[in-house]
Amino acid sequence: MTIGLVHYLVVAAILFTMGVLGIFLNRKNLIVILMAIELILLAVNINLVAFSAFLHDLVGQVFAMFVLTVAAGEAAIGLAILVIYFRGRGTIAVDDVNRMKG
Amino acid sequence: MDYAANIAMTLPELVLALGAIALMLVSAWGGEKSTRAVSIAAVFVLVGAGIALVGPASSGGYAFDGLYRADAFGAFAKVLIYIASAVAIVMAPSFFARTHGDDLRPEYPVLILLSACGMGIMVSATDMLTLYVGLELQSLAAYVLASFMRRDGRSAEAGLKYFVLGALASGILLYGISLVYGFSGTTLFSGISDAYAGTKSLGLLFGLVFVFAGLAFKISAVPFHMWTPDVYEGAPTPVTAFFASAPKVAALALSVRVAVDAMGPATDQWRQIVIFAALASIILGAVAAIGQTNIKRLLAYSSINNVGFALIGLAAGTPEGVSGVLMYLTIYVAMTLGSFLIVLQMRGDDGQPVETIDSLAGMSRTRPALAAALAIFMFSLAGIPPLFGFYAKFAVFSAAVDAGLFPLAVVGIAASVIGAYYYLRVVKTMYFDDPAPAFAPMESKVEGGLIAVAAVFVSPAGYLLIPVLGAWTMAAARALF
Repeated sequence: MTIGLVHYLVVAAILFTMGVLGIFLNRKNLIVILMAIELILLAVNINLVAFSAFLHDLVGQVFAMFVLTVAAGEAAIGLAILVIYFRGRGTIAVDDVNRMKG
Repeated sequence: MDYAANIAMTLPELVLALGAIALMLVSAWGGEKSTRAVSIAAVFVLVGAGIALVGPASSGGYAFDGLYRADAFGAFAKVLIYIASAVAIVMAPSFFARTHGDDLRPEYPVLILLSACGMGIMVSATDMLTLYVGLELQSLAAYVLASFMRRDGRSAEAGLKYFVLGALASGILLYGISLVYGFSGTTLFSGISDAYAGTKSLGLLFGLVFVFAGLAFKISAVPFHMWTPDVYEGAPTPVTAFFASAPKVAALALSVRVAVDAMGPATDQWRQIVIFAALASIILGAVAAIGQTNIKRLLAYSSINNVGFALIGLAAGTPEGVSGVLMYLTIYVAMTLGSFLIVLQMRGDDGQPVETIDSLAGMSRTRPALAAALAIFMFSLAGIPPLFGFYAKFAVFSAAVDAGLFPLAVVGIAASVIGAYYYLRVVKTMYFDDPAPAFAPMESKVEGGLIAVAAVFVSPAGYLLIPVLGAWTMAAARALF
């Protein structure tokens, strides 16, 4: 069986769904949410690179490079905010992020 | 086209980026002592970027092979963004002077500048790549701003929530962009528009839905609004004022450009999404605000409500509609910044900020001028004539009616009555309830002046500006069609 565009798209769609579910179903740990965000961005990268190869167009791969770079910055900022939060509250459990409601 | 022409068209962003980098170095060497100097310099950088808008930066057309477009639409949005950013910098010192252990540091104006630079890129983007980079530059700076008070638990929590949901929104938007790219073969708005003009494949339509879902997150339209109240309540008040004004203008202008420029031929498809988001935002923003006791949360729901009205102009999909959106945003920015400047004045005897609506009780007797200004903003947000907020709603509704969207206009107007209830409740608390302890006196003349300017702008005197503003918004809207 040759592996075509559709296979890549299906893998990316599954990863994307897992990432979104990881954010909403996860009740334990904020680090898991950061991992789920990375999963979503990597699903997008698979999409972009697969389309790029399929279309013989380099823009998709350039885009994937940009996404990777921004994802690194995003993870750095996310972890920094997480550290501030942990210092103040002493926990990173998702269920405890509830000081504001309504 | 030679490189110098491209540079001239992107001059406002270059001024902001280089200014932010230079001020970052100053703050790294100067430390906390340099806060005041960096803040003043940052305001001047914003003024400089505004001056740089004159010339090719507002009329030059496409730059960098179609990645960026300098036109009247972008220039109009940038003027609003720069004004809101400057006000956010000006109102910060008096807030942070009262917080224990969390002083204003020079990073604050630098982050605002970087965020403003990202927003400028967003509103001028005519390529998905430019759009993404601008959006992320704006968002990454905003996440840090939300958690700026490092020792305050609520601020850290606000930053965390904003980060997680903002990153999710970026992911959804990117997934949509990847689908649009795959099924149209390009990331340029002009090429995407050509693809939507042909047969609309399932992939293209899925891409459209994901892109609009991501954008709805950024403008905090229902059903993607859930982060807004928490972030607005937890973030420091000047930052909340910034979030409610500048990024909202940028994200809405970006949505308009994507909808009209990139997906114009698919108007019938995205109109359904926009109409749903508009009505859901108006109704939920009005109903959920009724039970609120915190003024910042109330204003958060008010901003959700107002985004819904602005989206009605977009749903029309005509130049009149887009011009209405810009008019709405202009008036909305004045009303919101004015309201938050008044929230900033809500300080108890010990100087600590208070945020409950109950503490406004009887303010008409203790601080009559401030109460009158807040009453003007609340009446204007409710859209009650003769205040200027009425004209904002009139502009978007008349565009919707001209486009034949009668049911949308009828439901929207009916729902604006629900919204009036909670705005008027604030006025009733101020004027008819027994006085609560008076607030500490206002310390900053600049803030008082800004409140006065905003109040005069949204008062009936604002109608004098309609010919100028109307011509300007219409020229900006025509640049897109």
